[in-house]
Amino acid sequence: MPDTLLFALEAAANGLTAGVMYALVALGFVLIFKASGIFNFSQGVMALFAALTLVGLQTGQIPFSHLINAMFGTRLHHFGWTLPTLVAIAGTVVVMVAFAWLVERLIFRHLVNQEPIILFMATIGLAYFLEGLGDIMWGAEVKRLDVGIPQGMSPVVDDVTYAWFGYGFYMDTLELWAALIAGVLVLSLILFSQYTKQGRALRAVADDHQAALSVGISLRFIWVLVWSLAGIVALVAGMMWGAKSGVQFSLSLIALKALPVLILGGFTSIPGAIVGGLIIGVGERLFDFFMGPIIGGATENWFAYMLALVFLLFRPQGLFGEKIIERV
Amino acid sequence: MLDTQPEGYTTADGRKIGGVVMEMKNITLRFGGVVAIKDISFDVREGEIRAIIGPNGAGKSSMLNVISGFYHPQEGEVWYKGARRPRMRPYQVARQGIARTFQNIALFEGMSVLDNIMTGRLNHMKSGFFSQALWWGPAAKEEAENREKVEKVIDFLEIQHIRKTPVRRLPYGLKKRVELARALAAEPSILLLDEPMAGMNVEEKEDMSRFVLDVNDEFGTTIVLIEHDMGVVMDLSDRVVVMDYGKKIGDGTPDEVRSNEEVIKAYLGVSHD
Amino acid sequence: MIYREAGDFKTTYAADNQTFPIKGDRYAYYLVLALALGVMPLIITDYWTNAIIIPFLIYTIAALGLNILIGYCGQLSLGTGGFMAVGAYASFKLMTAFPELSIVFVVLLAGLCTAAVGVAFGLPSLRIKGFYLAVATLAAQFFLIWLFTRTPWFFNYSPTGMISAPTRTVFGYAVTGPRASAVSMYLFCLAFLIGLAWLARNLTRGTLGRKWMAIRDMDIAAEIIGVNPLIAKLSAFAVSSFYVGIAGALLFVVYLGSVEAGEAFGITVSFLVLFMVIIGGLGSILGSFLGAFFLVVGPVLLKILLVDNLRWSSDLAAHLEIMIIGLLIIVFLVLEPHGLTALWRTIKEKLRLWPFPH
Repeated sequence: MPDTLLFALEAAANGLTAGVMYALVALGFVLIFKASGIFNFSQGVMALFAALTLVGLQTGQIPFSHLINAMFGTRLHHFGWTLPTLVAIAGTVVVMVAFAWLVERLIFRHLVNQEPIILFMATIGLAYFLEGLGDIMWGAEVKRLDVGIPQGMSPVVDDVTYAWFGYGFYMDTLELWAALIAGVLVLSLILFSQYTKQGRALRAVADDHQAALSVGISLRFIWVLVWSLAGIVALVAGMMWGAKSGVQFSLSLIALKALPVLILGGFTSIPGAIVGGLIIGVGERLFDFFMGPIIGGATENWFAYMLALVFLLFRPQGLFGEKIIERV
Repeated sequence: MLDTQPEGYTTADGRKIGGVVMEMKNITLRFGGVVAIKDISFDVREGEIRAIIGPNGAGKSSMLNVISGFYHPQEGEVWYKGARRPRMRPYQVARQGIARTFQNIALFEGMSVLDNIMTGRLNHMKSGFFSQALWWGPAAKEEAENREKVEKVIDFLEIQHIRKTPVRRLPYGLKKRVELARALAAEPSILLLDEPMAGMNVEEKEDMSRFVLDVNDEFGTTIVLIEHDMGVVMDLSDRVVVMDYGKKIGDGTPDEVRSNEEVIKAYLGVSHD
Repeated sequence: MIYREAGDFKTTYAADNQTFPIKGDRYAYYLVLALALGVMPLIITDYWTNAIIIPFLIYTIAALGLNILIGYCGQLSLGTGGFMAVGAYASFKLMTAFPELSIVFVVLLAGLCTAAVGVAFGLPSLRIKGFYLAVATLAAQFFLIWLFTRTPWFFNYSPTGMISAPTRTVFGYAVTGPRASAVSMYLFCLAFLIGLAWLARNLTRGTLGRKWMAIRDMDIAAEIIGVNPLIAKLSAFAVSSFYVGIAGALLFVVYLGSVEAGEAFGITVSFLVLFMVIIGGLGSILGSFLGAFFLVVGPVLLKILLVDNLRWSSDLAAHLEIMIIGLLIIVFLVLEPHGLTALWRTIKEKLRLWPFPH
């Protein structure tokens, strides 16, 4: 096999793992959008916030210590203990569920029946608020997140690809784990929505709000539920990305890329979110691999959006969405 | 039959009805596999009140949407003012002098009543971009002239008191009236009314019927209306098309339609073969 | 007792159509105009000019532009930063390529270039709506910034990748470059703002404005009553981008002086202007002023309070700032979706009835 093709393949394989990240964030979007019609711009910041909280709990940081220190001249930093990873994760889940409850209670309960664009802008406000809150609560410096997943080059991939192509691909073990965990997450979400009472209620609401209300499903409960699920998905995404490149603000920018992913996959399709994420992850690496040297590199800044734009012009309903018939 | 009177006729109450102004020829409209309208033809004469009636789902609204260019039929032709109408976008149809109202009121909720009705004048206002931007002579003058016309419509429909109220604050019945005002402001040759009485109480229905008759009488506007309330339709209209399951099952004066076997069947709910 | 509507009868439709139908408003407007043109130039200091006044004037222009697009025409854009960058780089290229060209024309032409780019990126709006369009405008944002940072032609092959505005004069007074005085910069920006605000008011109260609002409120119905959606949407994109482009050009030539696209016109700028429009009031000219004022002055005051007086770290103050902004956006959307303008209107309603509210 010619070398260029091999390098391209390696780039594509690495893109696949970035794609898993995008897919995870997009998955959070889809969950909320299906159940409430809210396009949650803050999904990415939720991932950042979850990761910050996880690190904070794990390392025993005192929340708001910077603020308290500034206000009262104290010098608080840490409680002085560290929590086991699993306990910290459980604690973060509790925080994300509480967050979901507050969001429903304080924001969206008051915005029922508003136009989608108003709801969308409210989530942009929420994103800003949450970003500021995360920084004030846990400090803004880049943090290392260690949840016990092995890192570094994966010898297995190296060996296998060497045996097949005579060239060992470089791939991070962490990214393989990320893909695996994402897969498990998606599978359990599907099982949850298919085989539990709450899951069935969720699907009912996604299908028809009014009909669901009339058979006695509590919309508020469902909203809290989906925001909690989205919070947990965000936690997984934040954990993966945080373990790879540290917990930092760029995480919420990565999440912006979930928007084009959704355009490709359709706003209401879980498989769409995953396929869309992978297409964008692989596409932007390949595009940069081939076109970067010619037109100047760093094309992954915009490639996803442009791809979505072109796609929109030809298939506005997305890969898996249904064609919309307009009525008056 | 009326087709034998190409020059028009005079109604019982002495109104003069002219020649054919619009004709639908063999219209068929499908959505995927569903046939909404099947091979329907009828004509509309100048100055008459033409009703399309039929049970829910008969394809009446689809027919109106075909006339206003929102749906494009797979087969058939629309003839307007003696010429075949090419495939047009809705705004082009509007510019030909066809205005309409909607079943589920389609007013611009964020604007005042006055502004809503002023949008009806859009196709009569020609001042250019720069003239508007600088609010120079032509634009300001045009605005005042059209405002005058709009005020006449406002007087006619007796909605002076809500002129500056935002539309979203109005009750349903008034919204319907404002919508009619917007359509009238366009000074259309043909006015399409999609269930103008739907959801109204008896009093409001009477008001609306009076307005429809007055519009026709005073401005000589041709009116095509959809209703499923038989009573109202029979009193108002000169000729009636009856639709059921996308097909035309009757066409004629209210009396002719009333005695039509198939129409009776459709309305009394006799089972279809 | 001074602010009264009663007794102020209109005898012509033109009088009823004017911008400030109530006498009290009209006089207040003349007063503000007189203060801005006559008194302000005499009393402004360099600090206030740079910290508040110039950014306020420039961001108001951008907010006016975005408000035309979102508030009047209902087309959501997250690409404001990118379009401002087009204005900035267009003015840079024009200034360096035609040194003789008056800076007034440079800024106007930069606005026109941006309008053209805006129309190009507005084309998808004919097929897509809402968040879909938001993503399309994000494409504009990221692509344009990438283009300006990666294509050396745009920054005249300068080794730093930055663009710098040379000195240009109007009537012999420098308005750009290091020699420009606070007063001349102020008057230069103010002139643009007054002109553009007046144009925006005229456009939005006439036929074109009604077409935009019709598209915003119900696009299908608008088309059926005779609005050509192509022309309505693209004209909104063109006008909006013209304003945003001028704001970008002024931000570069007058305020910042030298600029790197990614830093000065990143996505945060897009959000900042969007927030100004939301907080000020969607679909309101006055709202654009209020929103820009609020978001320009607010952070400065916060910084003065926290950093200069309480000695907090500027990092902490910055985080508190974005938290407060986010919170305000939510509070406004929940309590007063029409923004500061609506609050202002409520106060006026009360005043109109005062002192006999019943």
